[in-house]
Amino acid sequence: MAAIRTKNDPQRYTFVGYGTDKYPALLLRGAGDLDNWKLATYETKHEGYIALKQALKMEPSAVIEEMKTSSLRGRGGAGFPCGMKWSFMPKDTPEKKLTRYLVINADEGEPGTFKDRAILEYNPHQMIEGIVIACHAMQAHTAFVYIRGEFLWLIEKLEAALDEARAKGYLGKDILGSGFGCEIIVHRGAGAYICGEETALLNSLEGRRGEPRVKPPFPAAKGAFGQPTTINNVETIATVPPIFRMGGAEYAKLGTPKNSGTRVFCVSGHVKRPGLYELPLGLPLDFIINELAGGTPTGKKIKCVIPGGASAPVFDANDLDCPMDFDAVRNKGSMAGSGGIIVLDEDTCMVQACLRLIRFYAHESCGQCTPCREGCNWMEMILNRIEHGEGRMEDLDLLAKMTPRIAGRTLCPLGDAACGPMDSMLKKFRAEFEHHITHKECAVKGRTLLSAVGQH
Amino acid sequence: MNHPLPPETVDHPMAPGERLPKSERTEFSAEAVAEIQAIAAKYPDKLAATLPALHIAQRDFGFVSLAAMKAVAKALSIPEGHVFGVASFYTMYQKHPVGKFHIQVCTNLPCALNGGAQLLEKVCAKTGVKPGQGPSRDGLWSIEEVECLASCGSGPCLQVNADVYEEFVDEPKLDEIMDACKRGEVRPWAQ
Repeated sequence: MAAIRTKNDPQRYTFVGYGTDKYPALLLRGAGDLDNWKLATYETKHEGYIALKQALKMEPSAVIEEMKTSSLRGRGGAGFPCGMKWSFMPKDTPEKKLTRYLVINADEGEPGTFKDRAILEYNPHQMIEGIVIACHAMQAHTAFVYIRGEFLWLIEKLEAALDEARAKGYLGKDILGSGFGCEIIVHRGAGAYICGEETALLNSLEGRRGEPRVKPPFPAAKGAFGQPTTINNVETIATVPPIFRMGGAEYAKLGTPKNSGTRVFCVSGHVKRPGLYELPLGLPLDFIINELAGGTPTGKKIKCVIPGGASAPVFDANDLDCPMDFDAVRNKGSMAGSGGIIVLDEDTCMVQACLRLIRFYAHESCGQCTPCREGCNWMEMILNRIEHGEGRMEDLDLLAKMTPRIAGRTLCPLGDAACGPMDSMLKKFRAEFEHHITHKECAVKGRTLLSAVGQH
Repeated sequence: MNHPLPPETVDHPMAPGERLPKSERTEFSAEAVAEIQAIAAKYPDKLAATLPALHIAQRDFGFVSLAAMKAVAKALSIPEGHVFGVASFYTMYQKHPVGKFHIQVCTNLPCALNGGAQLLEKVCAKTGVKPGQGPSRDGLWSIEEVECLASCGSGPCLQVNADVYEEFVDEPKLDEIMDACKRGEVRPWAQ
């Protein structure tokens, strides 16, 4: 037994004004405090398990209605309404009793995203409470938490939190005397980005290779072990207890209409104060980067921002006025995704940045669909050629022609995820790619992003 | 630890598994089998225990050798081919021996923007090993270039074995981590 963090955490979780009515603290309460994960802290300081007591008194259908009222949208990337997702789960009929499962996606692997880790580390009980409420709403009696394998140190903490919850009767056969029973099983992954895709995750949970499945059938009809399954992100499920504490209608007032509530933005890259910022949806990107995160540490101009994790098409400096909610970001041609904001300053070579991202997708493609398996490798090879000064002008048209042949032609969105940043970088920063081809060197003189001893 | 392999000839082509290095152990201990079967009982289907069982195999065998995969298949009574397919899919199952301290450095974009690539070069220079090229001669170090350890806001970041997880790593901090390893303050690989 080791691994539970004993020294101070260098990550930033808070900012001036956090925890007030304007910026309510729902998900990252007490983050950074090493004892915050304990049940005693959650019960005494953070109104722990009050929502569960409320929800267990409600009918399952009323719980789902409350979720619909809150209009919470999934925080994993797609932004699908959570209450509606829960309502898709088939119900028991007099002839047939079903086994239903809830699966929590804690396979946080998207470059630029590090929010689930903080929730698991500091507020695991809030997630556990959310899981039990969700299980009650969907009448599922088993929940799986799929955590990426690298987080062994977090798994030990989560297991300790689960033991505390079991001892207090928040988990088990008869939860708080309601007659409803639920158990949580922690499943450890083994290092595959693709397992963050929900059907690949299900395959991995079943002990198979993490290859996405053909849809339909959707998981709500045939998911884990062939049974109806709902898959929710850690952040989504950790938002459930605050919704019941404050009421769905009250929660819906946060953020903007149709994009309600708060979400955790992960700010990284060239900013003075990188870290996690829990904010109501709809605040402008400019405010998050320049006011909260303090702009670039060197005072250089911002060249490019990736607004929703590495898979999102990039923004240039002209798009910084974009309000950060699901619809506004989509209207600007990108996606809010998992809330990872990566800031690149003017000295960053876009060819290198693009190559580094495409290398990641080429490495993580599961190999099942030819367009993605071959296409990502081809894109990597072409970009490598440009980076090494052997590029040809027609390479740029070749790259532009490749993206529509990959995106939308694969079982899962990994192919699209690789094409989004590639396509947008090429469109917005084409001059830099051309400079690389004609001058055989970077147009800027920043820190190199690629190591000379790379493995892949 | 790296056993030499017999040469592969046209007349005697090798199966993919035979190209893998061999481990000293070939069988699970009785306790490990019991542990795996207890895990399998938690799931609706014993196949689901493949991933946890391979983690246990890696702990006991030091790395996931072909013998380890066969032992997993035997402990769960599932096809050997299935276990091979799963073990070869996931990058965290080391199919080759690693050092006593396996250093994983993230070089993905958010870390690279803050010096991840330079950190990897420094780690290589200090240990004398290159990423993916097996352990150093004294068996102490091995290095892996990994994709995103979810520390993007506090990069560059590295992880040693399963326990040590360090953020904002600069040169003094790297020296500190390596000294702690040498002093034996870090749980060695596979224990």
